Amino acid sequence: MTRVVRTRVEFEGTVSEEMALIQGEDAPPWDATAELGIVGHPHRRIEGVGKVTGRTRYTHDLRFPGMLHARILRSQYPRARVRRVDANKALSLPGVRAVLHRFNAPKAAFRGEETIFRDEARFVGDEIAAVAAETEEIAAEALRLIAVDYEVLPHVVDLEEAIDDASPRIDEHGNVHDADKHDRGDVKKALREADTVIEETYRTPTQLHNSLETHGAVATWDGDLLTVYESTQHVFGVRQGLQAALRIPLSKIRVVCEHMGGGFGSKGGVGKYSIIAALFARELGVPVRCVLDRHEENIAAGNRSATLQRITLGAKQGRITAIVHDSWSNAGLGRWVADPTGPTKGLYDVANVRTRSYRVLANTGSLAAFRAPGYVEGTFALESAIDELAEKLAVDPLALRRQHAGAEKDLVSGLRYSLKRLVDCYDIGAEEIGWSKRKPGGSRGSAPGLRRGMGMASQTWSGGGTPPAYATVHVNPDGTAIVRIGTQDIGTGTRTILAQICAEELGIAVGDVRVEIGDTESPYAPISAGSLTVASVTPAVRVAAMDAREQLLEVAAGVLETPKAELRMEGGAVVSRGARTTIAKVLEELANYTVIGKGARRPNPDDLVLKTFGAHFAEVEVDLATGEVNVERVVAVHDIGRVVNPLTARSQVEGGVIQALGYALSEERVVDEPTGHVLTTGLETYKVPTVKDVPKIVVRFVDVPDIEANNVGAKGLGEPPIIPTAAAIANAVANATGVRVRTLPLTRKHLLEAVAAK
Amino acid sequence: VPPKASVIGPGAADVAFEVNGRPAHVHVPPHRTLLDALREDLGLMGAKKVCDEGTCGACTVILDGRPAYSCMTLAVACQGRSVETVEGLARDGQLHPVQEAFIAEDAFQCGFCTPGQIMSVVALLRANSAPTHDDVTRAVAGNLCRCGAYPNIVAAALSAARKKARA
Repeated sequence: MTRVVRTRVEFEGTVSEEMALIQGEDAPPWDATAELGIVGHPHRRIEGVGKVTGRTRYTHDLRFPGMLHARILRSQYPRARVRRVDANKALSLPGVRAVLHRFNAPKAAFRGEETIFRDEARFVGDEIAAVAAETEEIAAEALRLIAVDYEVLPHVVDLEEAIDDASPRIDEHGNVHDADKHDRGDVKKALREADTVIEETYRTPTQLHNSLETHGAVATWDGDLLTVYESTQHVFGVRQGLQAALRIPLSKIRVVCEHMGGGFGSKGGVGKYSIIAALFARELGVPVRCVLDRHEENIAAGNRSATLQRITLGAKQGRITAIVHDSWSNAGLGRWVADPTGPTKGLYDVANVRTRSYRVLANTGSLAAFRAPGYVEGTFALESAIDELAEKLAVDPLALRRQHAGAEKDLVSGLRYSLKRLVDCYDIGAEEIGWSKRKPGGSRGSAPGLRRGMGMASQTWSGGGTPPAYATVHVNPDGTAIVRIGTQDIGTGTRTILAQICAEELGIAVGDVRVEIGDTESPYAPISAGSLTVASVTPAVRVAAMDAREQLLEVAAGVLETPKAELRMEGGAVVSRGARTTIAKVLEELANYTVIGKGARRPNPDDLVLKTFGAHFAEVEVDLATGEVNVERVVAVHDIGRVVNPLTARSQVEGGVIQALGYALSEERVVDEPTGHVLTTGLETYKVPTVKDVPKIVVRFVDVPDIEANNVGAKGLGEPPIIPTAAAIANAVANATGVRVRTLPLTRKHLLEAVAAK
Repeated sequence: VPPKASVIGPGAADVAFEVNGRPAHVHVPPHRTLLDALREDLGLMGAKKVCDEGTCGACTVILDGRPAYSCMTLAVACQGRSVETVEGLARDGQLHPVQEAFIAEDAFQCGFCTPGQIMSVVALLRANSAPTHDDVTRAVAGNLCRCGAYPNIVAAALSAARKKARA
């Protein structure tokens, strides 16, 4: 039976109601007492051999006979009208096949705009023209031969300048746009009655994703059927984007992403490069590859918005009574913005809260979701401010948080949390780092001039997953299985956990499960973002495997002439009163029979809010003479429901901590204001962490299944570990030095300036 | 032995070298990098093009026994030399111990930097069979990993070295 229901869905801080189609019965939840032999145990990645042998083919590695290469000419001005494009010289270069630009390209809608080549270039890096040629080298050379006549217009690139009324308006409605607001209680009254108030301003930089595989796609047409291979977190999203751009039926578009080299949020939908590849491929009748280089990646493939945030906290008799949080984010030309005030609304039990979030336009590359967009920025400000308040109140900052961490209901919706173990995270983390040894004002370091300190910060994020998500499980005549679902493995280990879930339900080995993902020809699954994946796709795969198992047992009952109720699956065999018959043996009797199980993800419970919680603790040593911060240890504790694969879960937390370490200490997009050019387009100048920067990282999980969330009891983990790290480090530095740095990255310059100002 | 400098180019030149123990020949312009020769001329896609300017290590190969950024090495400079890529490590269907250790220690997430990391570690272990933690981090300091698999990469290198010592 199939029916349609409405369900609450939270994606990256935004709650919406969506329709979901459900079929069949759900699997009973695995509760804390469920005896699981595979789920919850460490498993190596099932695609490991391909990745360590270099056999794995990423989008970058695909080559097809006759394939051409496209390169993109990008604006060198932050704002300019394109008056004329002369491509004649480029077209006469041997090996060049075609040039597209705003005067000859077919209309192709892209994110609400009518064309991929704007008449007014809006940032340095905006697409002006594209060349298809026999080699990338020829295409690159041809770009230099295209003459563009620009009318240069006034621009603004800096967030705080863009806010200023005197700056050029990028939009007729101005540069500052309302994005989000929340009001509860009476903050004015609460602040009037507060005995302690702090009011501070925090700044965070633009962070660049720098996925090692740059954005790119290969497009090929077979008659009217388009196949696009794209490095993406959402094959179905790319398909939809291609449909909007090319105006062809969805049924004529297939999108494939078997493996991808990192996305971190930036690969959420179709890119202009994919549309360019598809247009050229259609015009020229051969496959076309369009892949960005590192420098393009860092100007035109998205970023985490820089923010300016003001926070006021009021307390009365030791309790926080009011929070006011105003935030401005540099969206570039983005039509949305991540919300840094998200954590402020829900993390702590505070009665009076007022938040305002603004989207600010500037002539820079637009934002793209970046691993916990908004929450990383907002948590730095909020959790720094909480520590500043604790210091003013002369109380332990962890104790102050504990006092406000107990709410069992979500403070925005008023609905109960399905599970909340934030206080457990505090207990585990405090014990692990030795919080009781933390002294106000820090302690002496390992050498003269060095100071040591400890700090911590909390995180809350969604991660409850969403329908729709569907899967099939085929059981082959030899007893092996194939899971098919249109999700993606963006490096998080999705393939492996799906094999675990299927193997657990079917009673077969993980090695006997193949997982086919990343293809729009498979059943639908949502975007691999927003920490949605585990909680969205594992329940569907579990139901599909259960369906396959039941069918298999029915078949076995007939073949073995034993009532189904007496049969169970175990160790790759059908077992009945001690007698074992392998699945292969059962199916042998029925030549080439394939069992096909199918499963759908159930809606989320209507009356519950599904969240993840966590806390990070950092220990640092700071050199007051040089301003150098050495992060020695990070303890990361998370409450994400059941941990399906402890091996890959730990890796994901370590990775989140390390990416956050870059955000905290070294990563910053620098833009030259007069020219609008990004100066940090390469990995020489944009400093992502190296192995040498990595502290000791201790990863712990509360690991209690959230049985009300879904049948697996698991929630998402992709984003939680990047959220609280920067704040924990900033708080540790403040503890060590007595100096508060309110601007990230926490560089030597910022720290020494703060020391000098003290 | 590399040939004594004679004039090569401006047109394409023949280059004969050894790749993974077998002879290889390419006909390439003098400015073609070893990375492009491996990927575009020889179809070896293991080494990755991430920055193409010597800042990330994803293209690391072993050139005459030493790790090298193939994006910073000209193909014509490889005449007569020996190149090893990640594709050449497994023998007779058996993974190299470093490859085994990368899987066991979960030393990769997206896997894009992995071929380069592995080649840096393999080169280290050949030169130093009992590396310290510091030796390992120095050996892979030029290999960026954006997923942050670093702790497990170090663990994999040390575990492969220990296994090798026991064998």
